Amino acid sequence: MLTLDHVGKTYPNGVRALDGITLDVKPGEIVAIVGGSGCGKSTLLRAISGLDTPSQGRILIDGEPVTQPHEKIGMIFQEPRLLPWLTVAENVAFGMEHLPRRQRAARAAAALARVGLSEKANAWPRELSGGQAQRVAIARALVPQPEVLLLDEPFSALDAFTRADLQDHLLDLWADLRPILILVTHDVDEAVVLADRIMVMRPQPGRIYEEITSELPRPRDRQSAAFDFVKRRVLAALDRSLAKPATVDDTQTTSSQGAALWW
Amino acid sequence: MSLVQMTATAEPATADKKQRKSGLGRYTRPALGLLLPLALAAGWEAVVHFHLASGRLVPPPSVIYATFAELAATGELQRNALATLARVAAGFGLGVVAGTFLGALTGYSGFMFRLLDPTLQALRAIPSIAWIPLFILWLGIFETSKVVLIAVGVFFPVYLGVTGAVASVDRKIVEVGRLFRLSGVGMVRRILLPAVLPSYVIALRSGLGLGWMFVVAAEFMGASEGLGFLLVDGQQLGKPAQIVAAIVAFAVIGKLTDWLIVLITAPFLRWEDRVRTDTVED
Repeated sequence: MLTLDHVGKTYPNGVRALDGITLDVKPGEIVAIVGGSGCGKSTLLRAISGLDTPSQGRILIDGEPVTQPHEKIGMIFQEPRLLPWLTVAENVAFGMEHLPRRQRAARAAAALARVGLSEKANAWPRELSGGQAQRVAIARALVPQPEVLLLDEPFSALDAFTRADLQDHLLDLWADLRPILILVTHDVDEAVVLADRIMVMRPQPGRIYEEITSELPRPRDRQSAAFDFVKRRVLAALDRSLAKPATVDDTQTTSSQGAALWW
Repeated sequence: MSLVQMTATAEPATADKKQRKSGLGRYTRPALGLLLPLALAAGWEAVVHFHLASGRLVPPPSVIYATFAELAATGELQRNALATLARVAAGFGLGVVAGTFLGALTGYSGFMFRLLDPTLQALRAIPSIAWIPLFILWLGIFETSKVVLIAVGVFFPVYLGVTGAVASVDRKIVEVGRLFRLSGVGMVRRILLPAVLPSYVIALRSGLGLGWMFVVAAEFMGASEGLGFLLVDGQQLGKPAQIVAAIVAFAVIGKLTDWLIVLITAPFLRWEDRVRTDTVED
């Protein structure tokens, strides 16, 4: 169980990046966070990861406050961030230094097999394609079996085909242990494909504007009418979140211009 | 979602590097660099041989070789080379330890950088040879002053390299270390050290190069043995062949020690993503 209790972040220069974010995430839930640029999505994720500390409020995992990186929380960034001086297998094993060598190697090999990259175990990261490198990063984050996995625009640097491929693959991996996934994304399709709940944020200060639940059955068909319906709801919410407060009209559902420009 | 689909993504090209290393190129390419010096040497030898020049001040290769062989046969060469090597080793060791320590300190801590770096940069601006009279007054004319002078020469490139490398370690990679909750020691050992190693090797190599430069200056200021002594001796006694022989010895030993650094560190740097793979063993 991950709890955000009125989390706020004010930078030393006075900019309020986050304000009053309250959120409960149940085990196994997948939450997507979408919103315009500068709405604090990444700041929020970094606060949950413990890399940054919130200036107000608390973040709790199973009742324990998170003030620095926590063993139950893993993170995947936009870039794979593999260590270039370690082989692929050593990168996957990076977080298991405390285990005996043989056990470490076995778990790394199993994780690599799970992401379909066994044959790359002894390659250097520079020899991987972007999609392969990101799969190694996923394996590295999942190997310590975190209860929460944070993903900061994990697939945005990849081409559309690889991205769809990795989204499916991520769900496949998620099904093994069902950690909480919290995904920050610019891609509404990605949010709708993956998430049970989609949080739309609005900027200045960053706060949650609207919450959209999606109960589409998995695996989700990107072409179905139900998928399209959820996507439209998200786009409409994004559109409203970026409108000036005076002109907000909650009855209006879509505006094609807003849908194209929100990010 | 099947694994077959997953493995279908693009494979990067890694084959071309192997290809470039194979075949004739492996032997002819290094040999190409020998062409110019060999041609010059043979040309000068011929000029002297046919009495087009006396070769008294610029001895031909055969005379240099004879001097070299004679010095080696009497053990003079080895004795002097070892003396020089010992000085460089001691000075290099001291300079590297000090440069690495202070470089790591100022690279890691912004406070230490602001505290120490201006002073060190000011000291760096002094031509190190200018210290010689002071070092002689302080430390005497024997080994200590020589070793310290070499250490000063080695210190600055190592310090500059380390402080720059440590300060510019990618924050994104450091965050990976933080996410996996590395301790301070773990962070240094598993993230910072490997990350700075490529620039550290370059810093060591430029430090060693300066070490060889400064040992000559140190031996000029009065030495009874050493390759620098052979140079001074050759000048005072009018033996240009001995000077050139000593120079050749400097070149060979300098190159060998540099190559040694490259050789020792190469296994730790195989991961580097190089533009040109053929610069590794130059």
